[in-house]
Amino acid sequence: MRNKTAMCVLMIALVLVHLALLFAGFFAPYDPAAQNRDLSYAPPTRIHFVGSTGFHWGPFTYGMVKDFDGYREDQSQQIPLRLFAKGDSYTLLWVFHCKTHFFGADRPARLQLFGADAYGRDEFSRLLYGGQISLAAGLVATLITLAVATIIGTVSGYYGKWIDEMLMGSAELFLALPWFYFLVGVRAFLPLHVSPKETFLLLIIVIGVIGWARPARLIRGIVLSARTRNYVVAARAFGGSDFYLLRRHILPETFAVLIPQATLLIPQYIAAEATLSFFGLGISEPVPSWGNMLSTLQQYNVLVSYSWLLAPAGALVITSVMYWRLADRLHYWLQSH
Amino acid sequence: MRFLLRRLLRALLMLLGVSLLCFAFTQMAPGSFFDEMRLNPQISPETIATLRAHYGLNRPVPIRYAHWMLSLAKGDFGYCIAYNSPVGPLLWTRAKNTLLLTATATILTWLIAVPLGVWSASSRRRLADRFIGASSSLMISVPEIVVAVALLAVAVRWRLVLVGGMVSLGFDDLSLWGKVRDLFLHMLLPISILLLGGIGVVERHVRASVSEILDTPYMNAARSLGIGRMRLLFRHALPVAANPVISLFGFFLAGLLGASLLVEVVTGWPGLGPLILEATLSRDLYVVIAATMLSAILMIAGNFLADLLLIASDPRIRDGEAHAQ
Repeated sequence: MRNKTAMCVLMIALVLVHLALLFAGFFAPYDPAAQNRDLSYAPPTRIHFVGSTGFHWGPFTYGMVKDFDGYREDQSQQIPLRLFAKGDSYTLLWVFHCKTHFFGADRPARLQLFGADAYGRDEFSRLLYGGQISLAAGLVATLITLAVATIIGTVSGYYGKWIDEMLMGSAELFLALPWFYFLVGVRAFLPLHVSPKETFLLLIIVIGVIGWARPARLIRGIVLSARTRNYVVAARAFGGSDFYLLRRHILPETFAVLIPQATLLIPQYIAAEATLSFFGLGISEPVPSWGNMLSTLQQYNVLVSYSWLLAPAGALVITSVMYWRLADRLHYWLQSH
Repeated sequence: MRFLLRRLLRALLMLLGVSLLCFAFTQMAPGSFFDEMRLNPQISPETIATLRAHYGLNRPVPIRYAHWMLSLAKGDFGYCIAYNSPVGPLLWTRAKNTLLLTATATILTWLIAVPLGVWSASSRRRLADRFIGASSSLMISVPEIVVAVALLAVAVRWRLVLVGGMVSLGFDDLSLWGKVRDLFLHMLLPISILLLGGIGVVERHVRASVSEILDTPYMNAARSLGIGRMRLLFRHALPVAANPVISLFGFFLAGLLGASLLVEVVTGWPGLGPLILEATLSRDLYVVIAATMLSAILMIAGNFLADLLLIASDPRIRDGEAHAQ
């Protein structure tokens, strides 16, 4: 029972995270690509309740002024924070044009919860938009892997003989290469400088296709054992075609493997995308992803001075811990059933 | 012996397959090293054609594969166009550094993780087990890249260890002790990142394997005979539990090599990682496949080592041979 509650809580939290990222335009106060050179490496905006005139119920903030050694708050003018503030226009869910943001502050103040990067772009907004890319990469690449693995595993397990030998031999080959070297190696042979959309597609296909071997072996095992079950043999004796047998009796059994595999693969693929983008082999500027946002930290001075730029690392940790916990819980749940 | 020979043959077949796979990728790749030259009006198409002929890029594919395999066998690993030299010497110095890093990390990981796993399994559902379990699942779930960046931030900010490269300037002038100390301080950061990534996986595997053995009926029987807890664990459970743990070695090595690529780049360790990355960015494909190939060789060698260990530890495999002969 405790396990069940924990799993529900995890699922709900994960769904909330995905929803927040799906509606990134609404929750992000600014356009992720909008530069603001006056606020290069501005620290996170502080939210105040107490000002020169005493305590306020509504939170407010101050504008930022550049000082000779950093940034200072311009305390002459208190700027209230607003819910459902009007701001930069964006398209919600790639369809609706909108201007209302969940929260924001009037000009001249900018509400930068996680500070700003080198170009003065709002780190919080970039985090949300970057999360869209990173999570989508993880999810789609996982789907690709599982689709390829299911096809190969089923064919291998069902038809057996030399097809099986050949396919499982190549699976072993793919497992013999250290995964990440292989990933970088394959990426090396694909064009580097293409549009962000094409890069994204290339990346998820490469990540997705390379990982097929291990799930395919699992699925093969299941198909192999399912094929010899009495009811399958009976169905075949009644004249069921291969396609019918696979669809009706064999593939449903593989779901028990596919779902835990998915929860294991998603965080790994999110990390893979982040790592490739971190190296400059993945999603490139100006489109944000958690990986390429972290890549500015390769400069030691940035790493030391601007700790708020570590925010994408935090986001990566949170999502991947949640996915791994879910995978764990699913594992125990399936074991006990 | 037959088990060993079979494994050796399999390893060789794998190497052949991996080399074919790697080479196939070079052939499928769009673009080549000379693409940028083509844009340069000062270099005539004839020059490029001569260069291509010089590097043998205009020969048919099977012949190029044969040439590449020959140079692999000689230890040259193909030809690096950017540095105008065989890839081999370039690769060996880097591979040595990667090997130093990964071998140290492997030894330390297993030295730490195996006792932890055994301890955790033998004190199940007690405080120690819960604590070890929680921290290893945390270690597994935090992405390597985050660990690397976070530890780097800590190390740089508080100047705990030496960051960047493998040795300090003026390394050659140091005494032997000074050299060891300098190398150690440089290694501390990459090794700790690799440890944080690896310990969780191994610990969990060891715990699962040992606790499965502890639950078997014959262990219960042994316990009811009054055999002490320690003797039960070390004499009866561990030798049986060793097999699945040794089998993990191959997968562990794959993960470790991948992680070390990342760690080397982030901490500036002059291993295969930065080399493959630079080569990727400058499209020097022979270096890329050579490095990938070398990593595969390291891994296949590691798997072979695991097989040897299996023979040493598992009498079932040894006896299986005896029966076969």
